[in-house]
Amino acid sequence: MAVRDPIRDHYFEASLFRSRAIFAALICSTLLLLVAGRLFFLQGVGYSHYETLSTSNRVRLMALAPTRGRVFDRNGVLLAENQPTFSLELTPESVPDLPGTLARLRELLEFDEEDVVRLRKALRRNRPFEGIPLLNNLSDDEVARIAADRHRFPGVDIAARLSRHYPLADLTAHVLGYVGRIDERELQALDPNNYSGTSYVGKTGIEKQYEDLLHGSVGFQQVEVNAEGRILRVLEDMPPVPGRDIYLTLDITLQAAARDALGDYSGAVVALDPANGDVLAMISRPTFDPNLFVNGIPAATYADLSRAEKRPLFNRALSGQYPPGSVIKPFLALAALETGLQPPGRVQFCRGYYMLPNDERRYRDWKKRGHGAIDLHDAIAQSCDVYFYDLALRLGIDRISPYLEAFGFGQRSGIDSTGEAAGILPSRAWKRKLRNEPWFPGETLITGIGQGYLSATPLQLASATATLASGGVRMRPRLLAGVDAAPAARDTHGAQVLSRVEIVNEANWQHVAKAMEDVVHHFLGTAFTAHSDVTYRSAGKTGTAQVVAIAQDEEYDAEQLAFKLRDHALYVAYAPAQRPRIAVAVLVEHGGSGGSVAAPVARRVIDAYLRERSAASARED
Amino acid sequence: MARLASEYQGRDSVLRLLAHFFRIDPPLFLALLLLSATGLVVLYSASGQDFDTVLRQGLRVLLAFAVMVLLAQVPSRSLRLWAPWVYGGGVLLLVVVLLAGDVGKGAQRWLDLGVVRFQPSEILKIGIPLAMAWYLSERPLPPGIGRVLIAAAITAIPCVLIAYQPDLGTALLACCSGLFALFLSGMRWRVLLGLVALAAASTPVLWHFMHDYQQRRVLTFLNPESDPLGSGYHIIQSKIAIGSGGTYGKGWLNGTQSNLDFLPERSTDFVFAVYGEEFGFIGAVLLLLLYVFLVLRGLTIAVQAQDSFERILAGSLSLTFFFYVFVNIGMVTGLLPVVGVPLPLMSYGGTSVVTLMAGFGILMAINSHRRLLA
Repeated sequence: MAVRDPIRDHYFEASLFRSRAIFAALICSTLLLLVAGRLFFLQGVGYSHYETLSTSNRVRLMALAPTRGRVFDRNGVLLAENQPTFSLELTPESVPDLPGTLARLRELLEFDEEDVVRLRKALRRNRPFEGIPLLNNLSDDEVARIAADRHRFPGVDIAARLSRHYPLADLTAHVLGYVGRIDERELQALDPNNYSGTSYVGKTGIEKQYEDLLHGSVGFQQVEVNAEGRILRVLEDMPPVPGRDIYLTLDITLQAAARDALGDYSGAVVALDPANGDVLAMISRPTFDPNLFVNGIPAATYADLSRAEKRPLFNRALSGQYPPGSVIKPFLALAALETGLQPPGRVQFCRGYYMLPNDERRYRDWKKRGHGAIDLHDAIAQSCDVYFYDLALRLGIDRISPYLEAFGFGQRSGIDSTGEAAGILPSRAWKRKLRNEPWFPGETLITGIGQGYLSATPLQLASATATLASGGVRMRPRLLAGVDAAPAARDTHGAQVLSRVEIVNEANWQHVAKAMEDVVHHFLGTAFTAHSDVTYRSAGKTGTAQVVAIAQDEEYDAEQLAFKLRDHALYVAYAPAQRPRIAVAVLVEHGGSGGSVAAPVARRVIDAYLRERSAASARED
Repeated sequence: MARLASEYQGRDSVLRLLAHFFRIDPPLFLALLLLSATGLVVLYSASGQDFDTVLRQGLRVLLAFAVMVLLAQVPSRSLRLWAPWVYGGGVLLLVVVLLAGDVGKGAQRWLDLGVVRFQPSEILKIGIPLAMAWYLSERPLPPGIGRVLIAAAITAIPCVLIAYQPDLGTALLACCSGLFALFLSGMRWRVLLGLVALAAASTPVLWHFMHDYQQRRVLTFLNPESDPLGSGYHIIQSKIAIGSGGTYGKGWLNGTQSNLDFLPERSTDFVFAVYGEEFGFIGAVLLLLLYVFLVLRGLTIAVQAQDSFERILAGSLSLTFFFYVFVNIGMVTGLLPVVGVPLPLMSYGGTSVVTLMAGFGILMAINSHRRLLA
C-alpha cells in the first residue's frame, strides 16, 4: 500500500519517527530518573525512618508484670500474698466444634446462658488465636475436673493469674490497706513503662505507702508479630524483677488480741513500742474484708460499705480525730510542774464545779459532789476536773499549746501509712486565723480537761503516751520493720527521733508517772477496777470525752441520750511502769466511761503482749 | 547492555544460528529471560515460599515465551492484514463482557470460555497499537487533523468500554498505547497540545463518572496518611517495605513487611515493594536498568524498522511497556495513585504476561524480518 503511494517520502517519515523516538526516549529516561530519585528518597534518605516503622510494625513489646512482694508481720506471719486464680479460656481457632465443646463442658462445670452469650460476643471481637475467658475464679475442684479431661477439650485451657490475697482479711484491713485496679488518675502519676503489665496498684495503707518496694520492676518480652498480631517468635526476653517482701512491726497476735478486746465496739487501738516507735498493733473497728477490693468491688457492695452508718472503711486509728478528754491531764500536769507554776503539793478545793470571776457559768466536775481538798497526784489518779480547770487557767493557752506540741499534738507523726490526720491543737493564733476571734479564758478551762477545740488521733495519743514513757523521747511511729528479712527483736535500727521534750526536773516526771500508776493500782484510781488482779505494774490515764455540750441546767444521762451522742471512752497506758515496753491508746466510740470501757481493752492488750514477751524470754532461758 | 551484546557475539555460532532460525532477538530474549527468572525468584518470597504458586507462574511464563516465539515468525505484512480484525474482535468481546461477563472484585472484566477465563481488555493492549499503526501508516505521515481525530476515536472507543467495566488502570494503559502511536506518527505538536488541554479540561467530567473506590484511590494518593487503615494502608505499608530495604535490602526471603503479611497484594500489584525490601536500592536500580534496556532495545528496533507501520507498532509497544513499568513502580513508591497495573513479568498473573510477551514477539518479528530483507 505504502509503496504504491507516489507522494510518500520514506526518508522524511523515517527521520520524523527517529526524532519522535529520541524525544520519547528522553522523556522515558527523565521519568526513570524520577523513579530512581524516589527510590533514593525512600531507601537512602528515608531508610532509618522506614526501618523504624518496619520494626515497629513487626516487633511488639510485651510487658511482663512482676510478682508483687509479700507482706509479713514482725514474726513472719503472712499478711498479704499472691494467689493463683484460675479461669477457663477458649482459643477459637483451636476449638474444632464450639457447640459440642460447650455441651461437653456443661457436663463438668456449671455456667449459664449469659456466660455463653458473653463468650460469643467476644468471639466476634477477638482475634482467633487469643484466648477468651468463659469462666473466672474456678475452684480447685473445678480445675481438677477439667485437668483430668483435658484431651476431650482441644482449644480449652485453664489460665492461671496471680491475684492479691489477704489471708487475715479484716484483721489487717486498715493498716495493710489493699490493692485495686489502676484508675485514670493513678495512671497519670505512675511510671507508664514500669506499670505497663500491671493491673493492680496499692490504694491505701501499707500497700500504697510501700508501692515502690512491693511492685518490683516490669519485665519485657520482645516478640515478632505478623499483620494479624499473631506472635511468631520471641526475640528477646527480659524477666521481671519481683517486688520485695516486707516485714511489718505489727505483732499479729497482739493485733488479734486488740480486736478481741474491743469486741463489737466501734473504735481504735494503737500499741507502740516506746523505744523505737514500732507499731505493735493498730486496730480500727468496724472493719471490712480488703479482698473484696482486689478484683474490682461490686458497686452495690461498695455502696453498702461506704454508706454504712458505722463507716467500716474509715481508719479511726489514723484518721479519726477525737477530743482526748482527761487523757490530756498528765501532760498538762507535767507542763505546770516543769514551768514551776504549780508545786506538786498545792492543794485545790473541789466542790463539784469551778467558776471564773465575774461569770455565772459553772464548769462542772464529773464528780457531782466534788473531790474536796485534792493535790496534783490525786487530781491525776482520780481525774479531778476542777483541779485542772484551775491549773489550765493559770498556765494559760500560750504555755499549754507549745508544751502539748512537743508531745506531738496537732501535727502528723509522719507514720509510714496513708490518711493520717493532724488533729487540732488550739492556740490564740490558731483561733485568730481560723475564726478571726480572740481567745476566751473559758476555752482555756475546757482545754484543761481535753475538751473544746482540742482533738487528737488515737495514734497521737499512743505516741504522746510513749513519749511520756520514754522520758520525753518522741519516736516516729513506724510500720515497716524490714525488707526481705524479719527484724530483730526491739530493733532500734532506723528508728527516728522526732523530738525530745526538755526535762527541767526529773522529779516532776516521776511525780506524774507515780500518779498515773495510781490511776491503775490505787483503789481510788479511775482504772483500778479494770486492773484489780494484775501481776505487773502499769501507768495509765482514763478519759471520757463529751460528744455534745450539756446545757448548764441539764443532767448528763447516758440512758436517755441517743447512742450517737454518748461519750467516747478513752484510755492511755504504758507498761511495765518501770521499764516500759508498750504504750497503748484505746478509743471506744460512744463507749461511755473510760475507766470501765476503755481501760479493760487496753489491759487485755498489755496482758497479751507481756505474757507473750515473758513466754519468749522464758524460751530463751 | 554492552556486556550482553558482546557476550552474545562471543557465543557459540550454533546458538546464533538457532536464534537466527527462530527469528529471536538475543538481547531482548536474554533480558526477558533474566527478568522472568527474577520475577519467579521474588514470587517465591512474595507468595510465602509457596512453590506451587511459582510453578503455576513458571508455566504461564513458559506459555508466554512460546507465544512470543510464535509471533516472532509472523511477518509484518500478515500483522497489517490482521490488525483490523484483532482490533474489531477485541472491541466486540469487550461489548460481550459488559453484557455477560463474570464479576471479579466488583468489576466485569472476565470472559469465561469454559476452559480459560481471560480479560478481553488484554487483547486490546495489542489490538490498539496494531489498529493505530495500520490506520496511521495508510497515508503519508504526519497525519492531518482529520486522521488524527479518527485515530483518536479508534483508541477512545475500546478505552471507554474498558473504563466502563470498570478497569481504570488498563483503560489508561490502552489509551496511552494509542496516544503513543499518534505521537510517534508525527502528529503536529499543536494538535498534541490541544489534545492534552482537552484531556485536562475533561478531568472534572471524568471525576464525575469515576466509581467511588476510584475517586478514593486518587484522594488517597494525594494524602495517604488521611486514611491509614483504609485505602492508605496499601501505600503506607508499601513505602515502609521499600524504605526499610535500604541500600542493600534485607535479603531474599527476609523481607519482614512481606513475609509477615503487612504488605497487601504483595505477589501481584505490589511485588516491586517485596523486591525493593529484599534487594534494596541497588537491586531496584538494577531492575530499572533491565527495564530501560528492554525499552531502548524496543525503540531501537522501531527506529530501524522499514516502514511506518512497523515503526509505529514497535514504538508504541515499547513505550506502552515502559509506561507499565513507570505506572506500577510510581504507584508502589507513592509517586502515582494506586491503579491496578501489574509490574511487567514480575507480578503474579497470567494474561498480562502473555500479552506483554506477545508484544515482544511482534518486536522480534519486525526486527528479524527486516534482516531477512536486508
